[in-house]
Amino acid sequence: MRQWLICVQFDILCVQDKTKGRKNLAGDPYEVLGVAKTAPAADIKKAYRKLVKQLHPDLHPGDSKAADRFKDVASAYDIVGDEAKRTKFDKGEIDAAGQERPEPRFYREYANQGGARHYQSNAGFEDLGDASDLFSDLFGHASAAGANLRGRNVHYRLEVDFLTAALGGQQRITLPDGKQLGVTIPQGVTDGQTLRLKGLGHPGRGSGPVGDALIEIHVRPHAAFERQGDDVASELLITIDEAILGAKVEVPAISGRVMVTIPKGASSGQTLRLKGKGLKGKRGGVGDQLIRLRIVMPKVIDDELETFMNGWRERHAYNPRAE
Amino acid sequence: MAINEEDLVREVSVLSVQRLHKWIRLGWVKPERHEGAALFHEVDVARVRLLCNLEHDLEFDEDTVPLLLSLLDQIHGLRNELRSMAAAINEQPPAVRERIANAYRRIAES
Repeated sequence: MRQWLICVQFDILCVQDKTKGRKNLAGDPYEVLGVAKTAPAADIKKAYRKLVKQLHPDLHPGDSKAADRFKDVASAYDIVGDEAKRTKFDKGEIDAAGQERPEPRFYREYANQGGARHYQSNAGFEDLGDASDLFSDLFGHASAAGANLRGRNVHYRLEVDFLTAALGGQQRITLPDGKQLGVTIPQGVTDGQTLRLKGLGHPGRGSGPVGDALIEIHVRPHAAFERQGDDVASELLITIDEAILGAKVEVPAISGRVMVTIPKGASSGQTLRLKGKGLKGKRGGVGDQLIRLRIVMPKVIDDELETFMNGWRERHAYNPRAE
Repeated sequence: MAINEEDLVREVSVLSVQRLHKWIRLGWVKPERHEGAALFHEVDVARVRLLCNLEHDLEFDEDTVPLLLSLLDQIHGLRNELRSMAAAINEQPPAVRERIANAYRRIAES
C-alpha cells in the first residue's frame, strides 16, 4: 500500500513538474499558435505566418496592443517552429520560454524619431500639395537626412484680364531679383487657380531639387461677359420690333463678333445659347455663350405708337400674370 | 550604441551576410558609413529584424518587400507630419484652435 502511494505521489510530482516546466507567461506554445500538439511542421508554419500578418506591430503601426500579442506568438514559434527545439520541448527538456533574451524592439518604435529620417518617405504628399500650398511647403522638409532637401516654393500673384484667361495667352511677371518671367496662361484658367512652374522656386540643399513657383491667378471681371462655370453669360438689348418680328443681330463673343437670330416673339429674360462659344473646360469640353435678352422701349412713345396700341389691345389682350 | 556587420549577423540568427549585403544594395536598410565600414544603429537593427520577418518568415518575394516598405515608410512619414501639425495647432491660442476644429469638422463631414 505504501509503495503504491509513493508511486502515485511520484507520478503527481512528475506531472506537476512538467506543467510547471511548460507554463510560462505566454502559455502553451501550441495553444498560442492554435495548432494541435501533433500538427506537422508545415501546418505550424502556416499558422504562424497567418498570425504574423494579423499581429506584427510594424504591419499595424497604430495598434498599441499588437506588440504584446505578437511577442507571445513569436516566442511560441521560436520553440515549436524549430524541429530540434520542438522535440526538446515535447520531451520536456526545455520550457516554453526558451532562451532568455532581451526582447527586440520593433521598427515602428524608431519610426517616429529623428534617427529614422533616412528611411522616411515623402511620397505620400505629392498629390496633397494640390490641396494646399501649406502641405507642399511644410511637409517632407523635416524628413530628409539633413543633406538633400527640396527647395522651398515661391508664391506670386498675377492679375489676368478676362479674355486672356478665357482664350489663353502669355503674360510677364517680374521676379524678386528683377528678372522677367514669361508665364503661359492656360486657356480657361479660373479665378483663384494656382499655376505651378516647376524648378523656378528656391534652390534646394545638397543635391535636393529646386522648388517650384506657385502663381495664384486673379481674373479681372469683364464689362460685357460673366463667367458661369464653363459658360460665358452676356446680356443683349433688343428693340420691341426685333422682339416682335425676330431679327438677325451681331453680338460680341469671346472669340470675336457673331451673328445671332432673335426668334420672333422673343421676351425679356429669354436666353439664347450659342453652343461651343464658351470657355474651355477642365475636362476638355467647351462651354456655351448664354445671351440673355432684354427688350428696351423706344426713348419716346410717339402718338402713332400709342394710338395703334390702344386699338390693338382692344382685340388682342393677353395676360402674362395669369398662372 | 551602433554595431558592425559581423555583430549584427551574429545577433539576428536567421540573417546571413549575403542577405544583408543584398538588402543594403537594394536600399532596404541604410547603415551609416564610418571609415569604410557599415555601422548599424538601433533603428537599423530594428529595420533588419522587420526585413527578416518579411522576407524570411513571411517569404514575401523581392518585388513585394519594397512595396511594403514603401507603404510603411509613407505611413510613418504621414504620421509624423500629422503629429507635427497637431503639435503646431496645440501651440495656438484656444480661439484659433477652435476655428481650426470647426473648419476641420465641416470639411471632414462634407
